[in-house]
Amino acid sequence: MPHDHHEHLSPSRHPFRADNDVPLTYWQAMEIAVRELLIEKGVTTAAEISGQIDTMDARTPANGAAVVARFWTDPAFRDAMRTDASAATREMGFDIGPMKLIAVESTAELHNIVVCTLCSCYPRNLLGLPPDWYKSRAYRARTVREPRSVLAEFGVVLPTSTQVRVHDSTADMRYIVIPARPAGTQDWTQEALAALVTRDSMIGTGLAKSPKALA
Amino acid sequence: MGEKVRVRPDMPPGHIRTPAYLRGKIGVIERTLGPFPNPEQLAYRRQGEALPLHRVRFTMAAVWGAGAEHPTDTIEAEIYAHWLEPV
Repeated sequence: MPHDHHEHLSPSRHPFRADNDVPLTYWQAMEIAVRELLIEKGVTTAAEISGQIDTMDARTPANGAAVVARFWTDPAFRDAMRTDASAATREMGFDIGPMKLIAVESTAELHNIVVCTLCSCYPRNLLGLPPDWYKSRAYRARTVREPRSVLAEFGVVLPTSTQVRVHDSTADMRYIVIPARPAGTQDWTQEALAALVTRDSMIGTGLAKSPKALA
Repeated sequence: MGEKVRVRPDMPPGHIRTPAYLRGKIGVIERTLGPFPNPEQLAYRRQGEALPLHRVRFTMAAVWGAGAEHPTDTIEAEIYAHWLEPV
């Protein structure tokens, strides 16, 4: 590896990241202490904890995309989602646990966007772990105050004739946005449609991709 | 759907799941969910009283007044029954 004068850059030309040599915070230390005690007392095991982390990491927006594609194409499923979205998605194998799910449908006239101003409530069973920005103070504070400006920064500029509806996920419900189905997809299979459904389109910070975007 | 309600304007201490920016604001009940146990009691390990949870719809104009980005856009939030009073 040639050593040149750019010693602060890695071989891939990125700056080296400083090591995380800072003391643990109070709550980090507390988490480790409680975890070690629970293992020591036989309440749980390290394998169980890593298994649970694996389960959490395995959930991805592909789950939600399958739900949206089925909603677009299967009228019986659409009715079931409108009646009880928790039960309808559980039947597909995406159990939301004790929380309740509401599907909100976006159209040309109404655009839905989801935020949790109090913390970071998110339909993890359908979308996996939330992106970092979803938990940021800026996204949480600004989405209820100026959703159109936030949307514009995500590249979504809506006409004033489209109503924006912000869903503040404050309590026991979780929300998934059913984005408007893109034009020109009448004969598409559920599997092909699911490829158009992005994570952001199910949070409401994006739209479903148009068929052209896939080409 | 449609009952007009005001969110109590109070600012009590404790674990409250009624967003501060909606307190004192007027909206309409979109649908009623629950009952769910009151999180203000659950947070202190008390038995949570079972309460209806209302989804309330507010216009941006009602929440932000003249400073609203687009007055007819809407916000919906879940508010426990004891935080709502009839208008």
